[in-house]
Amino acid sequence: MDRPLGLLAELTYKCPLHCPYCSNPLTVPQAAELTLDEWYRVLIEARQLGVLQLHLTGGEPLARPDLTPLVARARDLGFYVSLVTSGVGLDLQRARELASAGLDHVQLSIQDADRISADEVAGARVFNRKLAAARAVTALELPLTVNVVLHRGNIGRIGPIADLAAELGADRLELAHTQYYGWGLLNRSALLPTRDQVATAEQAVARARATHDDTLEILYVVADYYEAYPKPCMHGWGRRHIVIAPDGRALPCPAAAQIAGLGIDNVRERSLSAIWHHSPTFTRFRGYDWMHEPCRSCPLKETDFGGCRCQAFQLTGDAARADPACQLSPDHHLVEAALQVAGPLHQPWHPRSNPSVS
Amino acid sequence: MTAPLSLTDRPQLRRGVRAATDPLSDETVLLFPEGVLILNETAAVVVRQCDGCLSVAEVVQAVGEVYDGVAVEDVMSLLRDLITQNLLVANRG
Repeated sequence: MDRPLGLLAELTYKCPLHCPYCSNPLTVPQAAELTLDEWYRVLIEARQLGVLQLHLTGGEPLARPDLTPLVARARDLGFYVSLVTSGVGLDLQRARELASAGLDHVQLSIQDADRISADEVAGARVFNRKLAAARAVTALELPLTVNVVLHRGNIGRIGPIADLAAELGADRLELAHTQYYGWGLLNRSALLPTRDQVATAEQAVARARATHDDTLEILYVVADYYEAYPKPCMHGWGRRHIVIAPDGRALPCPAAAQIAGLGIDNVRERSLSAIWHHSPTFTRFRGYDWMHEPCRSCPLKETDFGGCRCQAFQLTGDAARADPACQLSPDHHLVEAALQVAGPLHQPWHPRSNPSVS
Repeated sequence: MTAPLSLTDRPQLRRGVRAATDPLSDETVLLFPEGVLILNETAAVVVRQCDGCLSVAEVVQAVGEVYDGVAVEDVMSLLRDLITQNLLVANRG
């Protein structure tokens, strides 16, 4: 089955939060956001390609006043519709509107179990509003996933984080180590946990799973810098997912726009089908022919697809090299060097600044 | 890890899991927050019976009306597998 299954619709780059690990680009184009009618057309074309899952994300998708009709149309077309949100702006009335429109699932970010640390990372006093948003979601019996990005500042509080997610009535808790893209890469030295912290975290996850076995599913996304082999990024380039940026650029992953020379297409100018099948952005690293050694002859290439093209580009300047997170990569020393600065100490970071988008 | 399941349980899809028809293949798929599971024809018939009202024994009986020679253990094995994947809940009966 060679078709896209998931569409990540980045509705806006606007966000009330300033998280230092945000994977949005540091600078974004000043082009206007897609209109509701343009999104309707994208959804119809995605459905024709066989997309089943729609993730409404951003920035903060609630910043779009036309979110409810978009959810309703998506559900009419048959998508499984997830809202990926900070929860800021998700009061009971808005949640009720979205639930009535057919929203299937809410993924809500929480920064920490400790209010002061959480608000410090978010760069805004939003912790209590997030808890209220979670309670609005569960009061409506919408499925709730709490997502917590792990970094050196909160990695020691996995137990309390799981307790909080359970108390909020979440169905799932996703504990995801920071992925170093965008602001996350800029702030890497302030975010990277130590190897000991990661090992302790894995034990804490096992304990939390035992404690909340019957009520809370706990997903753990590993720290790829500490793994022997890279993550199967996006389940392969141009293989399962399409990302549409707020201005209509179509990408194989949220970070791909930074890779030089891809020839990025825009849904304002080309059909999604033409983009999926023919755009050089999508075909460039599809399959295995683009690979060099050690990936080309590696038995794991069908498991990890050579890892992450963006990470290869960011660390080596060449997106066709093996992901340096892989211990077999000739560039693995770049990751090991980055880990030298990992420490338990608090370091200042650059808070994500909000883009001025028309 | 094998999920416990008895003939009196009344299985249903977990909250957040939805059965749908794939527009390209017409196969039944389970949609859930982070994924998609394509069901074969037999599994689709089984899952469509799991409404939280019918017991496992009744699900087996209903599937038996569609297919000859349905083995109880095959149905239970499928249901256990879906429970282990957090797609189905058993509802103790």
